[in-house]
Amino acid sequence: MTGFLKSREAILLGALIALILVVEMRFSGFAAPGNLADVFNDTSILIILALGQTLVILTRCIDLSQASNLALTGMVTAMLNASMPGLPVVVLLAIAMGLGLVMGAFNGILVWKLEIPPIVVTLGTLTIYRGIIFVVSGGEWVNSHEMSAAYKAFPRAEFLSLPVMSWICLAVIAAFAIGVNRTALGRAFYAAGGNPGAAVYTGIDVGKTRFWAFVIAGGLAGLCGYLWVSRYAVAYTDVAGGFELDIVAACVVGGIAIMGGSGTVLGAVLGALFLGTIKNALPVAGISPFWQMAISGAAIIIAVAFNTRRETGRVILKSAEAKA
Amino acid sequence: MKDTETTATPVLRLSGVTKTFPGVTALSQVELALYPGQVTALIGENGAGKSTLVKILTGIYQPDEGQIVVDGDPVRFPSATAATEAGITAIHQETVLFDELSVAENIFLGHAPRGRFGLIDWARMREDAAAILDRIGARIDPRTLLGDLGIGSKHLVAIARALSVDARVVIMDEPTASLSQAEIEELYDLVERLKGEGKAILFISHKFDEVFRIADRYTVFRDGEMVDAGMIADTTEDKLVEKMVGRSMDAIFPTREHKPGDEVLRVEDFAHPTEFDGISFTLRRGEILGLYGLVGAGRSEVMQALFGVTRPSRGQVRLNGETLRIRAPADAIANGIVYVPEDRGKQGAIGAMPIFQNVTLPSLGTTSKAGFVRMAEEFALARKYTERLDLRASALDQNVGNLSGGNQQKVVIAKWLATQPAVIILDEPTKGIDVGSKAAVHEFMAELAAKGLSVIMVSSEIPEILGMSDRVIVMRDGLMVSEHDRDGLTPETLVRAAAGYEGEAA
Repeated sequence: MTGFLKSREAILLGALIALILVVEMRFSGFAAPGNLADVFNDTSILIILALGQTLVILTRCIDLSQASNLALTGMVTAMLNASMPGLPVVVLLAIAMGLGLVMGAFNGILVWKLEIPPIVVTLGTLTIYRGIIFVVSGGEWVNSHEMSAAYKAFPRAEFLSLPVMSWICLAVIAAFAIGVNRTALGRAFYAAGGNPGAAVYTGIDVGKTRFWAFVIAGGLAGLCGYLWVSRYAVAYTDVAGGFELDIVAACVVGGIAIMGGSGTVLGAVLGALFLGTIKNALPVAGISPFWQMAISGAAIIIAVAFNTRRETGRVILKSAEAKA
Repeated sequence: MKDTETTATPVLRLSGVTKTFPGVTALSQVELALYPGQVTALIGENGAGKSTLVKILTGIYQPDEGQIVVDGDPVRFPSATAATEAGITAIHQETVLFDELSVAENIFLGHAPRGRFGLIDWARMREDAAAILDRIGARIDPRTLLGDLGIGSKHLVAIARALSVDARVVIMDEPTASLSQAEIEELYDLVERLKGEGKAILFISHKFDEVFRIADRYTVFRDGEMVDAGMIADTTEDKLVEKMVGRSMDAIFPTREHKPGDEVLRVEDFAHPTEFDGISFTLRRGEILGLYGLVGAGRSEVMQALFGVTRPSRGQVRLNGETLRIRAPADAIANGIVYVPEDRGKQGAIGAMPIFQNVTLPSLGTTSKAGFVRMAEEFALARKYTERLDLRASALDQNVGNLSGGNQQKVVIAKWLATQPAVIILDEPTKGIDVGSKAAVHEFMAELAAKGLSVIMVSSEIPEILGMSDRVIVMRDGLMVSEHDRDGLTPETLVRAAAGYEGEAA
């Protein structure tokens, strides 16, 4: 546990608490448990997406298509709901995740089998998936009144005084905490990104490992597609436009090394919460949206500067090594 | 000043140069003299200190002690630029060139002729490049993209680059390693021409035929010391071989009573389209098989194919009589064949991962229950094998990247031993690690063999090969050239076989 206090997650947690306290000093009530739960609920989608992205980044790749994937699955569920209001939400959830998985798998196949650089693949699919929304919807919106009550109510429904949305997010966090740290595939993500050459010599299929990272990221984006559209009760072509960058930013702030192989689930969650808190706090403080963007951006750069500084070189001195 | 053309005055002289790295003395009180219009061959085994010397001459390393004297004046080369300005230029084994740039740009990168406003004078650069290429007899258009040239032509560009600065000392570090016979002949012509221009040439080579063909003088390094120097005309290949390897076998190797058991591995007629051909050998239980050869002889390539990293075009691998189909490293690992690669940085350890996770990476099956890894078992497994290797680390959850080279190597070896393999391939297991770690690795290797593990050890270090192997196979140019029993095997025999020098007792 002493190791934790020196870790970048602890620093980030400290920064997050400091941020909350600063806002609390100006606006009493921000740090109240109920409000913090709201902030968490608001940030749930970002957390889930950032966790998916974390896997991809760990393998030394990047997925820029998550937001488009989300928007497309969201649109599909909204249209299905509008035309077949009787379809249970569980089925819609399954369809959303399935569709997301397929889109993730498509990214993954291109990266694995054709060995196209991930940034190129997902820049392409970012546009393709977004384009398909327009094709399937004909550019039309699906508005609140066309959606069934059940469709809109599900993420808001309260269970043990927390909304389902928050519960889903907590479940995903728990699954990641175990899956990433305690399974062979979890280790493979770190190995494939930490040193692809060594991973190959350890019997890990690096391409296949990357494929699975994209599949999981895609599936989670699909899940978030439904959550997003039902929460905001509207679906249109530009839903979550530009959100892919927020996701990557959350990962970077959370200490997920963009060069792969390093980062933790807790870090990604804290990174997303940090950005989510800024987003929630600044409007309260009456700061203009442009300043919000500048402050978010500064937070990213500061986080990266921090992560880079923390890298220590090889210890050459024998005596120092023993103490290290 | 350089007022006379007497060959007795060296252009460059090193005296008493010493360079140490943590745990290793790379060069100790080294002397070297290079004369205008003469080729001095630098001979020595891998690890004798030749590369360190080149780096000192080119300003990449600073000597700890000793002097570099150019034209009688002591100088210092605090940077590569300083060495270049003093007229010293090197053509490396793998010269760094840029495929996406033109030949002329490659030649003048960093010192392109400038025109007005400090902009590059392209016309002059192309003219000058053409002139240099012409001088070395290379028929290459300076506007060609480097990537469009063959390996031999690229080499000529590298040489042209070296000559584009007004060099007086030209260092050639194994210049023929990647050249075809015809290209080698061209290179010899070029060396003659450079001699004619009065350049002093330091020619580093493993190949004795080359040395005797073009060198005027020689200097022999062994274990970081200069052991002999003189005129080529006054020596013979046998004498040079003796000087090169004739070390006191003071390196201590564990004594082993070798009693290899039954055959474990049989490789038959293994071949690869470009790397090796006709490789057949057997390996017995508890045996250490040494695989010796010069760098680039194809030893690692054979092992990589055996391990499933690359696919052989032909051949069979049998383990305990059963034919294996190895399509990927995972297949080899599943069958109990593991490989500790030479390049620790790129292929061995995962720096950003803790020690225990590095060790258990290929053994997660045995440390898991119902698909979930159990940390306690992981730590136990990692502790067991790292302790046996005498790993020096403060904690097993420390990242491997923070360990020294020797300790990283121990982690990689521990990783494979934890899989309880039948055959372990060690590729240059002690390259670049300190003496203490070396001894630990050797001792452990002997212990493993005694316990019945079969070991294939690829090594370029003759003492290691002689000190550890039960049997030695020598490879040259992708082919097996000879197989030797440990008894009565001499360093001279190995060097001759590996270098292709068919002396009286090849």
